[in-house]
Amino acid sequence: MSELSRRRPGRTRLVVSHVLLYLVAAAFLSPLVYMVATSLKPAAEVFGSPPHLLGSEVRWSNYREAFTFLPFGRFVLNGLVVAVLGTLVVLVASSMSAYAFAKLRWRGRDSFFLVFLATLMVPQEILVVPMFMVMRWFGWVDSYQALIFPWAFSAFGTFLLRQFFLTIPQELEESARIDGAGAVRVFTRIMLPLAKPALAVLAVFTFINYWNSFLWPLIIINSVDRKATVPLGLQLFFGQQGTQWNLVMAASVISMAPTTALLIVLQKHLVRGIATSGLGGR
Amino acid sequence: MARPAAVTARPGRRRGDGRNAALFATPSMLGLALFTIFPIVMSLVIAFFHWPAVGTREFAGLGNFTTLFHDPVFRRTLLNTLLFVVLYLPVNLVVSVGLAVWISPRMKGRRLLRVVFFLPVVTPMVANAIVWRLIYQPGGLIDGTLKSVTGTHAPNFLGEHGWAMLAVVAMSVWQGFGYNMLVFAAALDAIPEQIVDAAQLDGAGPWHLFFRVTLPMISPSMFFATTMTLITSFQVFTQPFLLTGGGPGVDTETLMMFVYNQGFSIYQFGLASAAAWILFVLILGVTAVQFAGQRRWVNYDV
Repeated sequence: MSELSRRRPGRTRLVVSHVLLYLVAAAFLSPLVYMVATSLKPAAEVFGSPPHLLGSEVRWSNYREAFTFLPFGRFVLNGLVVAVLGTLVVLVASSMSAYAFAKLRWRGRDSFFLVFLATLMVPQEILVVPMFMVMRWFGWVDSYQALIFPWAFSAFGTFLLRQFFLTIPQELEESARIDGAGAVRVFTRIMLPLAKPALAVLAVFTFINYWNSFLWPLIIINSVDRKATVPLGLQLFFGQQGTQWNLVMAASVISMAPTTALLIVLQKHLVRGIATSGLGGR
Repeated sequence: MARPAAVTARPGRRRGDGRNAALFATPSMLGLALFTIFPIVMSLVIAFFHWPAVGTREFAGLGNFTTLFHDPVFRRTLLNTLLFVVLYLPVNLVVSVGLAVWISPRMKGRRLLRVVFFLPVVTPMVANAIVWRLIYQPGGLIDGTLKSVTGTHAPNFLGEHGWAMLAVVAMSVWQGFGYNMLVFAAALDAIPEQIVDAAQLDGAGPWHLFFRVTLPMISPSMFFATTMTLITSFQVFTQPFLLTGGGPGVDTETLMMFVYNQGFSIYQFGLASAAAWILFVLILGVTAVQFAGQRRWVNYDV
């Protein structure tokens, strides 16, 4: 070991490397710092040369104003409701079908699974126009259902959970069956509890996707002031308040809060989700 | 999906499986049929029709496709999209591999650093794009800083030919590379230490180590990241939509923006679907080339 460590770069180089890396990280974060800083400035001090981190006063009232100028509180509520319900639908539907594909034996199973997999290849852009038409037939244009359901049945969750269920030994299922448990019981009492880590990862990424989604709400929501989720509301805010950058930035900071909190609390799960399954790419 | 013969050879014991499968798989299969498979078929049909949102539809044959290829705006958006991909993909990969390697196990605060670089990936793209508008804009962060240091103004990044696309790419790299960085970080952590030690004992310097040992060892992740990034970058929409609105002129209008405009500004569903299919075929083609080429550089014998 001592032979090896002598070959590795010396202490000074390690310190320099640390300093440089943290400088890069700071530069990388500067747009977000700038966002927060601007959100606390008086409107007149947003532009300035040289730019200052702090204005003449720290204006927390910008946040209150952000909530009152537009119904931003409503957008946050809409966003939370849509994201939570959407995540629930995804978890229920995909865990059920994943169990059917991984553990039950039925005719056509593998062909159906191939169809599922094939749809993963199709990107959203192919779907938005016909999906809009489907929504029109359903009478769902400008509705919360339209924000929740159309993207809740993507094959991804099924695929991810199926792979997880496959790692659960078949004997566990067989012995429960011999003891007289039906499939429903095996699913709810054995499979779901064992799949908690995979379900958690899927839930977090699904929530984030719903919360951040922009293109689809932009297409399907007309009464923006009542039904918009946060990104759409933010865009509206930006359109109307383009000059009041401090308020726009306050709203942006609010929009970041839930996902940032999730990232900080669940970083280990998120990193593992990406490392093992390629979740969350966009 | 091959099962041991001993298990499959007992058909009698699990007779209820078919019924259970129907119960468990139906919600997903119905949802997928209704919200994915039907729209795909629909989209392919619409692409061959003159299909305004309201009014009469008629069969157009290849009419939509010829209209598109004669449309200078469409051709420009095609070029813009390719330009975005060609600029974005390599920069994203170099930055994410570089940082993943840099944040090695010897660095303090690894977990924190990874979270920092990943943060914009989970932040609403709209928020990211809006703050970058303020950064790029005349009087904004870059311009303000430059003026106070050198006394000259910065270019109007979002409004000038030549700058706008670069500005969109730079913001997109900032926003997106953290994802690939985590993919590479996981792959790097999985490299057995003995291999690195052995290479160093053999006298491999840092460059040699990187290009001859590290890169080949993470080539499967490289393949995954390249493919995924290619697919998503062809569909770029939100960044140019919010940063430049496609301008100046149509300098930064991408294919996905074109689809959106055709579909939901002028409500020509036929043209929009045809354009979407051209984009899809493009993505499929590039992905196919990727897969065909992987044998040359992706090393799975680890």
